[in-house]
Amino acid sequence: MSIVVEQLARRFNRGGSPAVSRVSFQAPEGAITSLLGPSGAGKSTLLRLIAGLEIPDEGRVLIDGVDSTQMPVQQRGVGVVFQSYALFKHLTVRQNVAFGLEVRRVPKAEREARVEEMLRMVQLEHLGGRYPGQLSGGQRQRVAFARALAIRPRVLLLDEPFGALDTRVREELREWLHALHERTRLTTLLVTHDQQEALEISQHVVVLSEGCVAQAGSPADIYDRPASPFVASFIGGASVLRGHVQAGRAAMGALSVTAPAAAREGEPVHAFVRPHDIKLAKAFAGAASASTTTGRVERLKPVGGYVKVFLRLPSGDEVTVEVPRSEFDALGVAEGDSVRADVRSATVFVGDYSI
Amino acid sequence: MSHPTRHRVLPGFRLSLGFSWFYLGLIVLIPLSSLFLRTFSLSWEEFWGTVTTPRALAAYRLSFGASLAAALANVVFGLLVAWVLVRYRFPGRDVLESLVDLPFALPTAVAGLTLTTLFSAKGWYGQYLEALGLKVAYTSVGVAIALTFIGLPFVVRTVQPVLEDIDVDVEEAAATLGSSPWQTFRRVLFPALFPALLSGFTLAFARALGEYGSVVFISGNMPLRTEIVPLLIITRLEQYDYAGATAIAIVMLGASFSLLLAVNLLHRWSQRRLEARPGA
Repeated sequence: MSIVVEQLARRFNRGGSPAVSRVSFQAPEGAITSLLGPSGAGKSTLLRLIAGLEIPDEGRVLIDGVDSTQMPVQQRGVGVVFQSYALFKHLTVRQNVAFGLEVRRVPKAEREARVEEMLRMVQLEHLGGRYPGQLSGGQRQRVAFARALAIRPRVLLLDEPFGALDTRVREELREWLHALHERTRLTTLLVTHDQQEALEISQHVVVLSEGCVAQAGSPADIYDRPASPFVASFIGGASVLRGHVQAGRAAMGALSVTAPAAAREGEPVHAFVRPHDIKLAKAFAGAASASTTTGRVERLKPVGGYVKVFLRLPSGDEVTVEVPRSEFDALGVAEGDSVRADVRSATVFVGDYSI
Repeated sequence: MSHPTRHRVLPGFRLSLGFSWFYLGLIVLIPLSSLFLRTFSLSWEEFWGTVTTPRALAAYRLSFGASLAAALANVVFGLLVAWVLVRYRFPGRDVLESLVDLPFALPTAVAGLTLTTLFSAKGWYGQYLEALGLKVAYTSVGVAIALTFIGLPFVVRTVQPVLEDIDVDVEEAAATLGSSPWQTFRRVLFPALFPALLSGFTLAFARALGEYGSVVFISGNMPLRTEIVPLLIITRLEQYDYAGATAIAIVMLGASFSLLLAVNLLHRWSQRRLEARPGA
C-alpha cells in the first residue's frame, strides 16, 4: 500500500506563496517515511492533502495505486494521528477506540474483540474505562494510535504525533512506534520537525522547504550527502566556513578541503562542518596538513556526556565542535587557549552563503 | 479529595463564601421569605383555592409552555448562530456579533411594541401569516415569539466559548474514522456542547418565565387564553389582593426553583464526564 504524490499543489491565499507547490514523492510500501522540515515548510498541509482533509489545487494522490485525489476523507481508509491527540473527551478510552468501528457499523462482537486487541497492542487494556482527561499525554497519544489502527487503515498518517510530549516520553514512544511498525508493517507517513526522530525511526526521509521537496532519500543519504545548502544546514547543526576556490581546492583561510568538481577557480564557496567532524588537539602537536587549522577557544559549554567547544578560526568564522567528555578531559583546554582543529569531513557548495 | 485544605495563591475562601451567602441572603433570600410570610395570612384552603382557579392554571400552562417552547427554539437557533460566529470569518460578522446582544440592551417594552406591530393583522409579517391562516399577535404563539426574542443571547453566549474550545482536529479525526458530518455532530459535537446548551437553555427558560414587559403588548392579556403568570400577579396587586398575588408568586417560585435545581443537577452530571482529571 504505497503512497504516491504527483505534482501536488495547494495555495491558501490568492496571490500568496503556495503552502505546497508541485510536490512529488513516494512513500514506499511497508516503510515509515518522514516528512521533515522547519515550520511553514508545508509538511502538515501535505499530510492533510493525502488524508483528504484538504483539497489540492493541482496534482494527484495515489494510495495503493488508486487515484484518491477526489475521494472523500471518510472513504480513504487512512488512519490519522494528530499532535493534539484529538480524542473524544466525553467517551471512555474503549469508546474512543470503538468509534470508527461503530460509525462503520461493524457488528458488536467483532467490534469488541477488535477494541480489546487494539488496547492490548498499545498496552492500555487496564485503562479502557478511563476518560481521556484521566490519562497522561503519552497514554492519550497511544489511545489515538489505537483508535486510528482499529479501522484497519490502508496507510497511517502521523502529524507531529509526539510534538506535545516531553523529551523522555517522546523517546519512549519513538521506540514504541518502531516496535509497533515492526509488527504491523503498515505504510506510515510521519510529519516531524525533529530530525532526530526522522533519522531514527524512518527508512525514507523527504526533506521539505518552503512547499517544495529539498531532498528525498534514506536517512544516511540525507545526513551524509545533503543535496543542497538548505539540507546541509537544516540537518546536523553544522557550522559554516566561507572561502574561495584556489588551485582546485576550497580554501578557507589556512584550511582547504576538496572542492566540488564543477567549481571554477576564484569562485566563492562555503563548507558545512558537523560538530563531531572536527578533531581537536593541543596547538602545534604533530604536523600540520591542508585540513588542519588553529583556532581560539571562545567558550566551553558542558552538555551532559559531551562538551560544546566554540572555536574562532583565523578567518573569523566560528565553528562549534562537540567533544566527548572523556576526550575533553584528556585534552585539557580552557577558554582562551589555542588549539589545533582537524576537519575530517566537510560538505562544500559553490556560491555565497546567506542565512 | 486527599488535600481538603490545599494551599491557594489567592487566600480567602471563608471570607468570600461568607460574603456570598450574606449577599445572596440580602438580595434573594430575605425578599423571598417576606413573600412567604405574606401568604401565611391565608389559610391552607384559601391558598389552595387561590392558586388553583382555572384562570391561574391556564396562566401556569401558558407561562411554562411558552417559556419551554421559546427556550427550546433558542437552543436550536442559538447553536446555529454560535456555530456561524465561531467557525466562519465573513464580512458583517462583527455586526452579527453585536446584534446577538441587542435583546439584552433593548427595553423589553420596545421589543414588545415592535413585535406587536410586526405581527399584527396589518404588520409586515402579520399580513402574510394571516393570509396563511396563522394568527400570531394576541395568541400564545405571539407570547412564545416574544420570549424567544428576549432569550436568544443566552444560548449563543454560553455555547460560543465552549465551541471555540473544541478543536477542529476532533471533527477531522472523526471524519478520518469514517464518520459522516451528521454522525460527527451527533456523536462528537453534541455531547461536548450538551452542558453549555443546557446552561443556555436554563438561563433562557428562567428569563422567559419572569419576562413581563415584552409579552404584555403582544399577548393581548385575555384571561384563560393569553394571560401569563407575571401578569396575573400584577392584576391581583392592582385589585389590592396582596395575599392572592403572593400565593400565585409562591407557586411560580417553587416550580421555577425545582426546575432550575433539576437542570443544574443534570448539568453537573454531564459536565463531570468532560472534566475528569488525572487522579480524579
